[in-house]
Amino acid sequence: MSDFLGIHGTALALREQRLQLLSANMANADTPGFQAQDLDFTSALQAALQPNAAAGDAIDGAVQGARFARPSSQPSLDGNTVDGEREHALFAQAALEYRASLNFVESKVRTMLTAITGQ
Amino acid sequence: MSNLPIFDVAGSAMNAQSVRLSTIASNLANADSVSGNPDDVFRAKQPVFRAEGVPGDPSLAGVNVVEVRESDAAPLKRYEPGHPLADAQGYVYAPAVDPVAQMVDLISASRSYQANVEVFNSAKELALATLNMGR
Repeated sequence: MSDFLGIHGTALALREQRLQLLSANMANADTPGFQAQDLDFTSALQAALQPNAAAGDAIDGAVQGARFARPSSQPSLDGNTVDGEREHALFAQAALEYRASLNFVESKVRTMLTAITGQ
Repeated sequence: MSNLPIFDVAGSAMNAQSVRLSTIASNLANADSVSGNPDDVFRAKQPVFRAEGVPGDPSLAGVNVVEVRESDAAPLKRYEPGHPLADAQGYVYAPAVDPVAQMVDLISASRSYQANVEVFNSAKELALATLNMGR
C-alpha cells in the first residue's frame, strides 16, 4: 500500500511531525531558555525513503536525524529563541503543505477506489 | 495524525497561559491591599514555566507550570497616619505591584493563549480532513 501511495504517504507523516515541532515552539514562546526546533523536510524525506530504513521506525529515525535548533533573529534575554510572528507564519505554511500532501494521498485513494469499483 | 500529541502540546500551553492570566488578575486585584505590617502584605505572584515532554511523545516539548513564585520585592512604605490600618508610626505598607508591568504581562499572556487556540483549531481541522479522507 505504501508503494502505491508513493512519496506522498511518507511526506504526509513527515509534515505532521513538522507541525508538531512548530506547535511545540509556539507553546513554549514564554518558556525561559527554550530552543526553537524545526525539521529539515528535504533531508528527513530523503532519510525516510532510504530502502534500508527499518519499516516501522523510518519516520521516527528520519525526524530525529533532521531536527535542528533554529536560531532566533531577535534573541531574548532569557535565552528563548522562539520568534512569535515567524512561528505563526511557518505554522500556517506547514498547515497548508499538510493539506497539499493530504490532497495528493486522497486523489491516489480515489483513483484506487475507482479502479476497484469500476465506476 | 497518530495519537495527536499536538493537542497535548497546545493544551499544555493554554493551561500554562491561563495560570499566568490568573496570577496577573490576582496581582492587579490586590495592588491596593495595604497592611499595617510589612510581613503581612500581599506579594506579587508569578508562574515559572518549563518545557516538558508530553505524554504522547516525550521528545515533544509542552509547557508545565513548575511553581508559582512570590515576588521578594520590598513592600512600598507610605506615610498615612489617618489610615485605619496604619502602624504606630503612621505608616501603611502596600504590595510592590507595578500595574504597568502587569498589564504588559497580561497582553503577552492573552496573545500567547490566542496563538495556541489557533494552533489547536488548525490541528483539529487537519485531523478531521485526514479522518474524512476518501469520503
